[in-house]
Amino acid sequence: MNEIPLSYSLGLSAILFAIGVAGVVVRRNAIVLFMCVELMLNAVNLSFVALARMHGSASGQVFVIFVMTVAAAEAAVGLALVIALFRHRETLSPDAFTLLKW
Amino acid sequence: MQITFTQVLFFFFAACAIGSALAMVTRKNPVACAMWLIGTFFSVAAIFTLLGAFFIGIVQILVYAGAIMVLFLFVIMLLNLGNDYEDDIRGTGWKIMAGGAALLIIAFLGRVFGGELPRPLGVEAGPRLLATASAENGVVGLIGVPLYTDFIVPLQATAILLLVSVVGAVVLAKRKV
Repeated sequence: MNEIPLSYSLGLSAILFAIGVAGVVVRRNAIVLFMCVELMLNAVNLSFVALARMHGSASGQVFVIFVMTVAAAEAAVGLALVIALFRHRETLSPDAFTLLKW
Repeated sequence: MQITFTQVLFFFFAACAIGSALAMVTRKNPVACAMWLIGTFFSVAAIFTLLGAFFIGIVQILVYAGAIMVLFLFVIMLLNLGNDYEDDIRGTGWKIMAGGAALLIIAFLGRVFGGELPRPLGVEAGPRLLATASAENGVVGLIGVPLYTDFIVPLQATAILLLVSVVGAVVLAKRKV
């Protein structure tokens, strides 16, 4: 039954999260930044599921449902923001949006 | 150590997930990024299934790969970014910073996870408890029963969040009339 050790799942989760962070740092396209955030949320979901299995309780899996809902809401609002910003500046580079920069 | 068939599948899908995620970060075309991210989501869904979370696995495919990524692709098509995309990967300094940040996070998490993990239930008890619970309530009931009893207040808060985000998305994206 316990064929996949917990450390394997947590290691994969850490690697996926780190790839997402690197993507947020290195990319300059707002939509791809959102995709990298989704990847990070997914890595966290993976560690939730692995730890819920080790803990023997379904609470972790319930939390994955909540995380997915928040991710869907974040994607909807974020993409609406992207559309609104694209209408003003004709670009998606975060460097072009400097109104709130001091 | 004996390597079982489940572990072989886990390593296969883990390699698929990491490879697709790396391709997603490095492709220049936003549509290609979205496609590789869908590949990552499918691999992670397979790993959820291997970990015994069958309902989460199928919800991952339906909600993430189905709904959220279609929304992303729809916005990419709407803004016409698939044809004349500019090179949006930052320069060498940023790449070094990104690699450093990734290594730092892996090191931190490895420090946290690397030691002997506390297992109050032992190695075997957790999966067995979960299997008993899902045999009792079914795979969906395993999540549904706690969702509507213990987590009813967070569920209502999530409903309000979804309502707010729907109204917010419409207000943000509509043209000024």
